[in-house]
Amino acid sequence: MAEQGKDLLVINNIEVIYDHVILVLKGVSLTVHDGAIVALLGANGAGKTTTLKAVSNLLRAERGEVTKGSILYKDKRIDSLTPNDLVKLGVVQVMEGRHCFEHLTVEENLLTGAHTRRDGRAEVMKDLEMVYRYFPRLKERRKSQAGYTSGGEQQMTAIGRALMARPNMILLDEPSMGLAPQLVEEIFEIVSELNKKEKVSFLLAEQNTMVALKYADYGYILENGRVVLDGEAKSLRENEDVKEFYLGLSTAGRKSFRDTKHYRRRKRWLA
Amino acid sequence: MTSDLNFFFEVLFGGLLSGIMYSLVALGFVLIYKASGVFNFAQGSMVLFAALTFVGILEMGVPFWPALLLCLLVMMLLAVGIERIVLRPLVNQPPIALFMATIGLSYLLEGLGQGIWGTQVRALDLGIEDLPNEMIQEALGIQVSTFDLFSAGCAAVLVGGLALFFNKTRVGLALRAVADDHQAALAVGIPLQHVWAIVWAAAGLVALVAGLLWGSRLGVQFSLSLVALKALPVLILGGFTSVAGAIVGGLIIGASEKLAEVYISTFTGGAVAAIENWFPYMLALLFLLVRPQGLFGEKIIERV
Repeated sequence: MAEQGKDLLVINNIEVIYDHVILVLKGVSLTVHDGAIVALLGANGAGKTTTLKAVSNLLRAERGEVTKGSILYKDKRIDSLTPNDLVKLGVVQVMEGRHCFEHLTVEENLLTGAHTRRDGRAEVMKDLEMVYRYFPRLKERRKSQAGYTSGGEQQMTAIGRALMARPNMILLDEPSMGLAPQLVEEIFEIVSELNKKEKVSFLLAEQNTMVALKYADYGYILENGRVVLDGEAKSLRENEDVKEFYLGLSTAGRKSFRDTKHYRRRKRWLA
Repeated sequence: MTSDLNFFFEVLFGGLLSGIMYSLVALGFVLIYKASGVFNFAQGSMVLFAALTFVGILEMGVPFWPALLLCLLVMMLLAVGIERIVLRPLVNQPPIALFMATIGLSYLLEGLGQGIWGTQVRALDLGIEDLPNEMIQEALGIQVSTFDLFSAGCAAVLVGGLALFFNKTRVGLALRAVADDHQAALAVGIPLQHVWAIVWAAAGLVALVAGLLWGSRLGVQFSLSLVALKALPVLILGGFTSVAGAIVGGLIIGASEKLAEVYISTFTGGAVAAIENWFPYMLALLFLLVRPQGLFGEKIIERV
């Protein structure tokens, strides 16, 4: 586990409304320390992606709005900045479903990541080599159109592209989506390496609770737009409720899906 | 026999060169389609607006070159205005919404242009003769219009410049990225607003060149906005996303319609008339069946 510094990103009790009517986040608070990997867990529709987009400000393009609360990055409010400003400050989002530029080559995809930088071609080329060091597979495929590469390669391209902006923090949305278990491990290994060597902090939305808690330092569990549980990754892994609801393990043996979730215990979190 | 062959080449060259005039209009469509995935219905109106503005400025007594610069400036301002007022509120809306907006824009530009500068037909003289070039006539014995050659030259310079811009510059790369995926482009920090303003300015420049060349041939008047219709088959043939496609498509359409006009109508003894007017559309229709993305269009990548 990387040693953790002071607060890098602080989300204070935010509420997000889409299209002026749909209330998606109902007061989410979380903190990412400098140098940490923080996992944001939960089922479909829990609000993971919305939380990430609220930070990166991609929300506005989807008619979403942060109506309450505040988001601080390095102690400054960032709620009203454009995505472009945020990338310049060092916060980049890697979107769910990879979103590579299909008709550009892998290398061109990576270069678009450096769009906001003004430190000259030589520096950018140095970082390109750095990305190829972490993802040797991308170097082999640098001249192929990104649309024709495999899912794993596209995920690597998307992460590499974010790295090209020299971020302090990457908001990583569902990196495991649609990938083989072995590849998921590979991607997460690289994430944790980037965290240690390049000092990039991660806020990571995942449905794959098992893998996410293996690599993260700290975790938050979202349900219906609220944080229902948070804690050190290790303690979450051993939490009975997490085991039962998200890891499919239970002391009472296998449960039938017919049975409803064990709400008595969960009420304790909501209280 | 040689005179027959000469005649064939004359028709062919005439067709190719007039095709380049279509390409000029098609180029504007391609630029905007590439960057925003939207068919810009207002491109024809932009051609008209540019030509009207230029003639209007000339009539105010401004000499040729300053007028050209001034007109270019107007087109740039127009591009920035369009981005602010029309495009920015429509980010991430379905393409059809943007398309509808361009229809509205097209009426606005037609009205605005004619409202400011008047509706009467005006002549525009660029000082280049629309007569057979004597040098070529002496060397090859074929009649080719000097004006057509001049427009071909303009088109070549424009295309060369645009190709370099798209493929070799940082902004060009950003443009292509935006064309592929708006959201992802936002996520990596490419400011959509700048990119769109730049693209519309480039389309405005192309519209200006097309407006001047077409305007000096047809006269500056409302029907100038209809040359956009001729660009449609060019786009379908060449592909909506390719600058090279716009040129090759234009050449094919120009040459084939002139050849069809001359040879098919004589062959059928005049029973089939005015082939030139519908032949390109039929060709486009056939093409849609075989290769919907066009000759050089981007393939729709589907992973299975």
